Order: sequence, then C-alpha cells, then structure tokens
Amino acid sequence: MTKNIDHISKKELMDKLESYRKGSITRRHFLNVTGLGAAAAVMGASVPGLRPQPAFAGDIGDRVVLATWPNYHEPANFDAFTDATGAHVQVNVFGSNEEMLAKLQAGATGWDVYVPTNYTFEDYVKEDLIEPLDISQLPNYDPSAFDARYAEAGSVNGKLYGVPKNWGSTGMAINTKHNGGNAISSWREFFDITMDKFSGRTIVHDYQLTTIGSALNAFGYSFNSVDEKELADAEKLLIDVKPHLFAITSDYQPGMRNGDAWLTICWSGDGKQLNSDMPEIAYVLGKEGGEIWSDYWAIPKSSERKAAAYALINFMLDPNVNVKEVLAHGYPTADSRTYDKLPDDLKSDPIIFPAQELLSPLEFGAAVTLTDPNRAELMARFKSA
Amino acid sequence: MTQRTRNWLLLAPAGTWFLVMLIVPLTVVFIFSFGERAPSGGVVLALTFEQYANLPARWAAFKNTMTLAPIGTLSALIIAYPLAYFLAVKANPRWKTILLVLVIVPFWTSILIRSYAWIFLLGGRGIPALLEWVGIEGLRLINTPFAVLVGIIYGYLPLMVFPIFVSLDKLDKRLLEASSDLGAKPWKTFLQVTLPLSIPGIATGCMLVFILLMGEYLIPALLGGGKVFFVGNALVDLFLQSRNWAYGSAVAVTLVVIMLITVTIYMRLISRLGASREDVSIM
Repeated sequence: MTKNIDHISKKELMDKLESYRKGSITRRHFLNVTGLGAAAAVMGASVPGLRPQPAFAGDIGDRVVLATWPNYHEPANFDAFTDATGAHVQVNVFGSNEEMLAKLQAGATGWDVYVPTNYTFEDYVKEDLIEPLDISQLPNYDPSAFDARYAEAGSVNGKLYGVPKNWGSTGMAINTKHNGGNAISSWREFFDITMDKFSGRTIVHDYQLTTIGSALNAFGYSFNSVDEKELADAEKLLIDVKPHLFAITSDYQPGMRNGDAWLTICWSGDGKQLNSDMPEIAYVLGKEGGEIWSDYWAIPKSSERKAAAYALINFMLDPNVNVKEVLAHGYPTADSRTYDKLPDDLKSDPIIFPAQELLSPLEFGAAVTLTDPNRAELMARFKSA
Repeated sequence: MTQRTRNWLLLAPAGTWFLVMLIVPLTVVFIFSFGERAPSGGVVLALTFEQYANLPARWAAFKNTMTLAPIGTLSALIIAYPLAYFLAVKANPRWKTILLVLVIVPFWTSILIRSYAWIFLLGGRGIPALLEWVGIEGLRLINTPFAVLVGIIYGYLPLMVFPIFVSLDKLDKRLLEASSDLGAKPWKTFLQVTLPLSIPGIATGCMLVFILLMGEYLIPALLGGGKVFFVGNALVDLFLQSRNWAYGSAVAVTLVVIMLITVTIYMRLISRLGASREDVSIM
C-alpha cells in the first residue's frame, strides 16, 4: 500500500513532541477563537507570493480547502502534502457540526474536505450535501484495518461517505491544584462544584450536543435525550449554573492554560494536550456517561477540487502520516496500522485509550440530537439568558 | 447625451450596488421573517407572526445591546474629545501629522488580533495580576460587561476622534480670540464657541460608533466569553447553530427597525441642539 512502512524513529518522535510543545501555543492563538481566525489563514493563502512553491507541478491544482476543528492536525503533514503534490492546504476552523452543516446548507463554502462526526452523516446524505467516496481513489484506505465501531457511521444505506479520521471521548478537564489535588468523577459533581467553590472558574462548550448532553447526564438521563421534561430539567440546571461560569466557549485551552479557568467540558485530545503540558490538569470521564464519537474524512458534494480532496484524504490515511497526526492531536486512532506504529507509552495512555469499563457508559451522538429544534433553541436561550 | 441621462449613468453603479447589496437582501430577510424553521434547519416560506411573537426570548440580547451601545458611544466620546481637541487646537503643527498617524496605526492590524490581545491583558495573568501586586485581590475582568466595554472603547476610539478632530481643525481660531477679547473666560469660550461649533463632528462620530456597535459581534464574543450577549451574537447563533433562519430574520428585522427609530430620534435631538441636518456628514 505505502512505499515506506518504517516506524518513526525515537529521535523523530521526540522532535515531533518537542515541536508540538513549542508550536502549539502560537498555533492556538490564531486557529481558535470563533473560527474567524481562519480568516487570517485564508488571507495568507490568497496572496500568491506567500504560498509555498510546489516541488513539481501536480495535476490536482494548486490548493485544497479543509474545514476542520481546532487543535486537530500536525501542520508539518500539510507542508509535506504541499511538497509532494504542489497543492497548498487551506485550513478553515469551526466550533461545531451545526456550524458546518449550516454553512453547507447555505451553499458555496468552497470546501473540498471536511471532518464530520458520526451522528451527522444521515442528515448530510438526506440533504444531498455529501459525496459518496470512490474507494479506488483512496489506495491507503484498508477497511479491514479499522475497528467497525468507529467506522460504521461513515456508511449510509450501504454506501461509503466517510473514512475514519480518529475517535475520542467527551469528558471534563479539571485543574486538581484547586481541589486539594483531587479530580472529580461525575457530571453531577461538575455542576455542583461549579456552583460552589469553583464559581467563576468553569467553562462549558458553545455546542449544544455536549453542553446540554452533560447537563442531561448530571440527572442520569441519556446524553442524546430529546424528551421535553428531561430537556426542561437540563435547561433549569444550565440557567442556574450560568452566573457561575467563566465562559461559554469551545476554545477552552487558553483559559485552562493561563489559570483563569479550573474546570471545563473537554474533548479527550485537548485533555491529553493539556495534561502533557500541565500534569495538574486531569482528564476524566463522567461516570453517568457522556459522549464517545468518531470523526471522518469526507468530501462535500459542492467541492470543485475533488481530485485534490481525494489526494489529501489518501495522504492523511497513510499510517506514517497518520501517526504524526495522533502525536499532535492526542486522539485515539481506529486504524490498527497506525496504532502499531505508536510508541508504547501512548498505547497504554489512560487519556487516549481509556479502560473499556470507563467507555461503556458513553453514548455515540444520535442523528436526532443534531436536528432537534428544541435542543437548538434551548442552547440559544441558555446563551442569551 | 442629455444632462438627465448622464446623471442616471453616473448614479447607476451606486444604485445597482444599493439594489443588489442592500435592498434585495433586506427584502429577503423581511420575507424570511414570516416563515418557519425547516425540519433540518433553514427556512420554509409561510405567513406567520410566530417568529415575532417569540422575540421576548431574545430580550437579554436586545437589552445588552441597547445598554452597552450607548454607554460605549458616550465613553468613547468622553475619551475622544479631549484627544481630538489636543490634536486640533493645542498640538504643535510639526507633530500633528505624526500624532494623527499614531491614532490610525491600530487600524493596520485586524480588530480580531487586537481584541485577542485584550484577552491576555484582561485575563488573570494580565492587569488583575498587576493589581494583585499592589494589594487589590480577586478582581475578575475578562468575560464581564466591563471587558466588553473596554474592547469597544479601544476598537472604536479612532472613529470618534477623527470627525471631532476635523470639525475642531476647521474651527476659525479668530473666533476664539474674539471671544477672549470680549472678556470671556477660557471655559466660557469653550462652552459657547468651541463646543457648539464641534457638534457636527460629535454627531457624526457618535452616529458612526453607535450604528456599528448595534451590530457588534466580535468584541462580545471574544471579551465577553459567550456570556455578554449582543443581538449580533444571537443572530450568529440563530443562523449557524440552531439554523432557525426564520427566527433569525425576525430578530434582524427588529434590530433594523430599532436602529431606524433610534437614529431618527437622535437626528431630531441633534438638529434641535443647533447643528443643521446637513452638517452631519453621514446622513
């Protein structure tokens, strides 16, 4: 499949980790915030003189536009792709699946590749916004290498629309320094401590799925509930907790890092990144449950550079490339070929690969939670309360 | 070519621009505002007033906008006036150009990046840490209405300084001498001559800042931490998160109407204050 199947050397790994550590802060400043940070990237890319010169003139065009999440890639991989193909990778960063869907529904996004989460595929197919994948153009994709749990949502009605990027969990990150060195273990504690000694120090996501989901979990309800009574309970809790929040944002790493925030709803990769740099920040899963998810590489139907899109996805599926991605973003891979290349301490890392009994209460997001108007409106009411 | 045709031809580019970029979108938004949310987001055309009836659910956003926009405008005015006065009247002409350029310099960098800088200044390791050093502890600045106000004043100050500067710069200095010759004390000269003659600049500056503030999105999003919510933020949420275009359109139409009413009242007040309507250069 790939020409070069060497494991990356120990030295290369250490260099990567080091450059990630050094580079991560500057990257974050510009990529995150509101997704508007992407404007800077777009502007940079639109000045021809600033684009890297291709090593050779490829036939896939001079660029490929990727819509993705914050802190989610190894920038060096994009440079390598540009060196190999001549196509510059233009990155647009978003905060939620809802936002991506809204942009695609409105039309004319200019994206070629995006990274939707498991529960969105049914709607993308229903709305005819997503391109069925031609597997012959993805020689690096080996279905047998992937754990089915994290690959199955990419197919709808037997047709393949997405190939797994990585999976992860949604838990919480807590700065244990402020809690006598102790972490917490449930969503109930998350909200209780926020209204008590962590008042003014907690962040919840600007994302209905995880914020409402966590509040539902605190009552022992399903993360995916659309039951009116259960949603009303969750809303009451969220409104009560709002005056005690530090912020409502999906860009929680800066606040956690500079010490303003002590507790946040957190995706496992961010948890890993925070914990690596500041060991006092622990990443834990709520014992009532929470979200387990899988993100996929996919191509929007509206893409005008499909050859470039396939080339980028195929490039990223190369286990030698993907292993560098995992080292950068800290999310677990569903690809056994990539897993085998990971250093042993990461294979046994409790944040990246949590024990099975901790994962079992977690739920995959359901399609209905994406489109349920009551959940959407509840979130909007909570924010403008 | 007659005079008439030539006039129409000259007006055509601006007219087309207004039609395509202003009238058509506003009409679309107006029509959408009577529609309903489509099942998976977007809009289905209908004729219902449901969206307007639901407006109280965004009361907090309107309230925040309607308090922080005027407060921000007034604060910017109070800070900008002495600066503009100094630049126009007191500053050594040799330095004037340099000082004016210094006022513009911040505009060379994106407001996004400049506001991001304030996140660090107002965050726990910024100004509060300095204050702790002199004994003021536990002060929280970031993600409060105060932080948003600071960002607003910082971001919009040049827009206030320039119109006031222009009207003070045009001011005939002989009037000030005359006033003084006739025995007026400096403060009386200021109140009776300088201030009234600079009202067109004040009016223009306030109008520019106020109108832009009513639609502000970025500063509350960055410095308010998602907790200080403007109508602009509510609109972004309605279109991008809950994808309720019909309700979003109703909120947008309401904002436009509120602005029209406010600006009309404001114009009346200004003209009563002595400045004629033509003096306010943006209307």
